[in-house]
Amino acid sequence: MAVLDPAARTRTRTPVPELVTDRVEPRRRHWVAWITTTDHKRIGILYLVTAFAFMVLGGTEALLMRSQLAEPSNTLLTPQAYNQVLTMHGTTMVFLAVMPMWAGFANYFVPLQVGARDMAFPRLNALSYWLYAAGGLVFYASVFFTPPEAGWTAYTPLSSGHYLPGNGTDAWIFLIHLTGTSSILGALNVTATIANMRAPGMGWSRLPLFCWSLLAQAIMIILTLPVVAAAVTLLLTDRHFGTCFYDPSCGGSAMLWQHLFWFFGHPEVYIMILPAFGLISEVLPVFARKPIFGYKAIAASSVGIAFLSMLVWAHHMFSTPLPQVALVFFMVSSMAIAIPTGVKVLNWVATLFHGSIHLRTPLWFAAGFLLLFTLGGITGVMLAIFPIDRQVHDTYFVVAHFHFVLVAGSVSSVMAALYYWFPKMTGRMLSERLGKVSCALQFAGFLMTFLIQHSLGLSGMPRRIYTYRADTGWGTDNLISTIGAFVLGVGVLLTLVNVLRSLRRGAPAGSDPWKGNTLEWFTPSPPPPHNFDVIPQVRSVEPMQDLRRQVREATSGAAR
Amino acid sequence: MRTAFGRLALALSTATVALLGGARPAHAGALLPERGGSPNADRIASVYTVVLVLAGVVFAGVTVAVVLALVRYRARRNPVAAQIRGHTRLEIAWTVAATALIVFIAVFSLARLHAIDHPDDAAASPRTAALLNLHDPRQPLHIAVVGQQYLWRYTYPNGAFSYQELVAPVGVTVVLDITSVDVAHSWWIPKLGGKFDAIPGYTSHTWFRLERPGVYRGQCAELCGRNHADMTAKVRGVSPAAYAAWVARQKRLIDAARTAAAHDQSQTEVPYGRP
Repeated sequence: MAVLDPAARTRTRTPVPELVTDRVEPRRRHWVAWITTTDHKRIGILYLVTAFAFMVLGGTEALLMRSQLAEPSNTLLTPQAYNQVLTMHGTTMVFLAVMPMWAGFANYFVPLQVGARDMAFPRLNALSYWLYAAGGLVFYASVFFTPPEAGWTAYTPLSSGHYLPGNGTDAWIFLIHLTGTSSILGALNVTATIANMRAPGMGWSRLPLFCWSLLAQAIMIILTLPVVAAAVTLLLTDRHFGTCFYDPSCGGSAMLWQHLFWFFGHPEVYIMILPAFGLISEVLPVFARKPIFGYKAIAASSVGIAFLSMLVWAHHMFSTPLPQVALVFFMVSSMAIAIPTGVKVLNWVATLFHGSIHLRTPLWFAAGFLLLFTLGGITGVMLAIFPIDRQVHDTYFVVAHFHFVLVAGSVSSVMAALYYWFPKMTGRMLSERLGKVSCALQFAGFLMTFLIQHSLGLSGMPRRIYTYRADTGWGTDNLISTIGAFVLGVGVLLTLVNVLRSLRRGAPAGSDPWKGNTLEWFTPSPPPPHNFDVIPQVRSVEPMQDLRRQVREATSGAAR
Repeated sequence: MRTAFGRLALALSTATVALLGGARPAHAGALLPERGGSPNADRIASVYTVVLVLAGVVFAGVTVAVVLALVRYRARRNPVAAQIRGHTRLEIAWTVAATALIVFIAVFSLARLHAIDHPDDAAASPRTAALLNLHDPRQPLHIAVVGQQYLWRYTYPNGAFSYQELVAPVGVTVVLDITSVDVAHSWWIPKLGGKFDAIPGYTSHTWFRLERPGVYRGQCAELCGRNHADMTAKVRGVSPAAYAAWVARQKRLIDAARTAAAHDQSQTEVPYGRP
């Protein structure tokens, strides 16, 4: 039995031994060790802690905006401050919270899931994190000067030096450069790790679905982030060195920016949501005690979505002057994405059917994801129809749509991932009670905030306006939305409290509290620096099921 | 079980349809896009309604299935999970069904595209055409719309212009040629159809055909700077006769003001030798 530590087996008196690989020396908790670390797990934790801090910042900015909009003609924020806060909110959530959150989980769990001892390039991995941290620092330093105020999309000509001469837009540009480089290096690292460092026996058809989704995500990052890096470089030279890429007054094109930005911007949406798809595909089978339904269809649809995501960018530009043939092409390609996505949803639902469902907190968040993400996907199909899009584009309908996808989709999954993997990362369980209250508050708060925004958009409220007049009749809906946002905020805060409490007082988790399917549950919690003493032979897509069966057979043999 | 599921799904989809059917036009904004100003807005709203009903059925189906699975198959009621890894025929069937639904929605929308996108060639009455100097009663009236930071400027065929409020004749197809002189803006009057961006260096086109007199409000829909929220727009629909009179008067006033300004300028230009 290679899977069992022979010494542990002879020492154990109880008939059911725990799967133990090593006796671990406690690690030094010294800050220098954290700064100089190249351990994928520590880098993962650095990513996660930083990203959560930025999420709280971005959330605070959201609450500021919601407070300003709670009543008509409010004067809490000046128009300038409002535009700054909205730019900071969008940029923070996309580049400093959601993307690095997945980078954190990927860092921690890809090597563990594929049975590797670290990422392929550990020092490059550390560089990725520090580039990300530097990007956040440079961007938030602008708070002390002139924060950017052109929105996270920074449309030209508004973002050009002529209209916004302050250095905020430049800080935004350098944020894209720094976090973009960080993401590209991280994506190369993930790809190299998954391609080369899988455990013996782990063919492509036995790769965990979380890893499949990260592989698809890495391909999108490698293909599209260089485009936005180039686009912001052109903007930088337009702003400071007299070039004319985007300035129509000297031969440039204001539309060029939109094409380049959205060629990155739409895959970016899938860069944020694909790891969520992967995570859901891990959580549902574990808590339904049933294999994932249609493994190949789910893996293939991740790759299909990654491919299609690069062919749909102009659906963000349906109200710009585009030729009819382009409009029709981008409408049909955008609608086509609904097919692989719909297949995934149906596979997930089918995974639950005939299972034996354990309603623990990670599954609560996963179920919330299934319902709300589906709604966001459906409004996505509506938005793909360009005559409809021209009515609801740039209104609160779109704001509602992408928050259904990014908050109910990505952030719910981040929460599910946190509750699912926290025991592995810390060796302690999060409180189930607090977790479920937090989930319920987030679900209710989210619905209250964003469902009603569809109506606001349909009745004509554009996004990114700092205020509105009372005679528009948008006051009540906005107030409801604002109250919901605070409920959502309290829900997220409860999870934060849960994390801080459980770090000290959580119940000990053991190595495999959920009866997981994948190899991270083969290691002690938290795993030792080298992860595995012995890397097990993988025989199926659920190696831990095989290992548990082996242990059962071995111990029942020993008892006889 | 299967019949219970079927009944529940049916009940939910009926409820969705009833809810939509019951929505009065007065509450159009709550469930449907604004309409009632111009045929293109009405046609968009009708496409939206059909898609919304289909979307409601799909969403209700997924919701019912998820809730049902979570209740019916929880560990206490179903202690042993079936070890099913997939079902090729079922998977092919729902992929085909999803594709068919998407194809239906695409074909349905594209079939209505022409009527939404292209200016109505419904003829204006001969009297109206004469009033508006249209050579052919089927010819639309062109008005140029130019966005600039926090204001819209409209230029009429006779050279008259106005700011913020566009005056348009009822019952005549009006084509707007939209552009900008500074940053990107977006022209949008919800009741008169979709929005079109005003981008410097490009011209977008849209149209409307007012069905009745009245004031239709909207505002800029593309972040254009600090006072983006204050960049409002208004279309005032009046009878063709009133429009013709207004536009002629506007032209007269502008010309008079120009002459006066030119006169002022020649007055203020100090002639040589004067003290």
